[in-house]
Amino acid sequence: MSLPGATIVSLRSVGKTFESGTVALDGLSLDVHAGEFVSLLGPSGCGKSTALRIIAGLSAPSAGAVEWPSGDSKIGFVFQEPTLMPWADVAANVRLPFKLANTDKAQSRDAVNQAVARVGLSDFAHSYPRELSGGMKMRTSIARALVTEPKLLLMDEPFAALDEITRFKLNNDLLRLWQDLRRTVIFVTHSVFESVYLSQRIVVMTPRPGRVFAEIAIPAPYPRDERFRTSAEYAGYCRQVAEALSQAMAGGGS
Amino acid sequence: MNERWTRVASPLLTLAVLLAAWEAVVRFFALPTYVLPAPSLVVTTLVADAGLLWSSLLVTLGITFEAFVVAALGGVALAVAFSLWRPIERSLYPFAVILQVTPIVAIAPLLLIYLPQPLAVLACAWIVAFFPVLANTTLGLNSVDHNLLALFELYKASRWQVLWNLKLPSALPQMLAGLRIAGGLSLIGAVVAEIAAGSAGAGSGLAYRIAESGYRLNIPRMFAALLLLSAAGVAIFFALSALSHVVLRRWHESALRRET
Repeated sequence: MSLPGATIVSLRSVGKTFESGTVALDGLSLDVHAGEFVSLLGPSGCGKSTALRIIAGLSAPSAGAVEWPSGDSKIGFVFQEPTLMPWADVAANVRLPFKLANTDKAQSRDAVNQAVARVGLSDFAHSYPRELSGGMKMRTSIARALVTEPKLLLMDEPFAALDEITRFKLNNDLLRLWQDLRRTVIFVTHSVFESVYLSQRIVVMTPRPGRVFAEIAIPAPYPRDERFRTSAEYAGYCRQVAEALSQAMAGGGS
Repeated sequence: MNERWTRVASPLLTLAVLLAAWEAVVRFFALPTYVLPAPSLVVTTLVADAGLLWSSLLVTLGITFEAFVVAALGGVALAVAFSLWRPIERSLYPFAVILQVTPIVAIAPLLLIYLPQPLAVLACAWIVAFFPVLANTTLGLNSVDHNLLALFELYKASRWQVLWNLKLPSALPQMLAGLRIAGGLSLIGAVVAEIAAGSAGAGSGLAYRIAESGYRLNIPRMFAALLLLSAAGVAIFFALSALSHVVLRRWHESALRRET
């Protein structure tokens, strides 16, 4: 199942310099294959969120290019915060992408209901964000990102603000969704443990300027569950990734 | 429960004590009514002159309502125009500020020269009331969550979609706060303009009644009219607060009770 599919997006020597002169990314090259779960791992300020925004088209690269070999650049984006409209209920928030595409409400109803059900929020479809827990808000955000069935899902430290119990639960749910839907996920995180648990491949980045320091494959089979989280194998991968990360910080921080 | 009770009871008690003291002072010193009428006399006058005062109240409320509607629509429309086209904001905002900081009492006589009286009164009320709507709505439109803006950009939303589906709803709390202020100011603007117009001898609103009663030394009626004006102001404030609460109750922090 870890056979690499066709390349879905590739970054070619992407660089990004902000107006302030800060070099966020410098010569970042990365290929992401269809069906893959890739994490970008690095300390804050290593440009991993910037890379994600460039892939999403929210920010233009100052150098290099982003290529979509299949021509389909439709994506779903999950921000660090749930980023929900507080005046709209869960269903209306999830429907937003359809609304902005001027899709008829009746036509999108099934897709919206399905997306809400997939993240386990059917009973809360008519609750407002204010009435939901942090984990439920994040689920709503994930449902919204998935509702248009994009091939690629970009996630920018989505679970960083959640407590550990909720985070573990959402990690498991995300893996299940990924396996059921056969989507590609690029997941930005600063947590070694989270990246090892989730990913097939971890891209370790150096800070200032951000570039790829190492790529580490995590060949452990899926489905992964709590047994994997407590296994010696998992601990071994974590040690390996943590070492790469500390080398990246020592090398890139100079 | 207990706290709620004292919140209602404390101001009522204060009012009762003040009114009693006022009544006592008037009676003890046997003050003539043209110097200071007793509260009981004010109430009696209110009942006796009810027909006259009521029709005057309706006139003032009519002007206030018209001014409020025009201020609300104008303020929101201008704020939207400001947020869509920066050059408009740059060219018009300074004048909005000038209009706001120049005392309305000083503008009113001029407006009465150039405009027919009903229109001049309306214009005065509008000048006072529209600025808070404009300023608050502008603030609201400019404080949209950046991530939500990015999300709309991601789904290729048009300018109008961003305005209608994102900026206006997220500006709603500030807009409603502006409207709450504008309600009270519409009444003040209407009264100021009427007083200014009153000395020219025309008009039939409550403020005109106050001015007229002043000339006739009918002090109790002045107090009665004043009482009605205050009551009208309080009613407007509560009505707009209620509106704000109903609109925001499901989602905004300001409308939610904190669990303790």
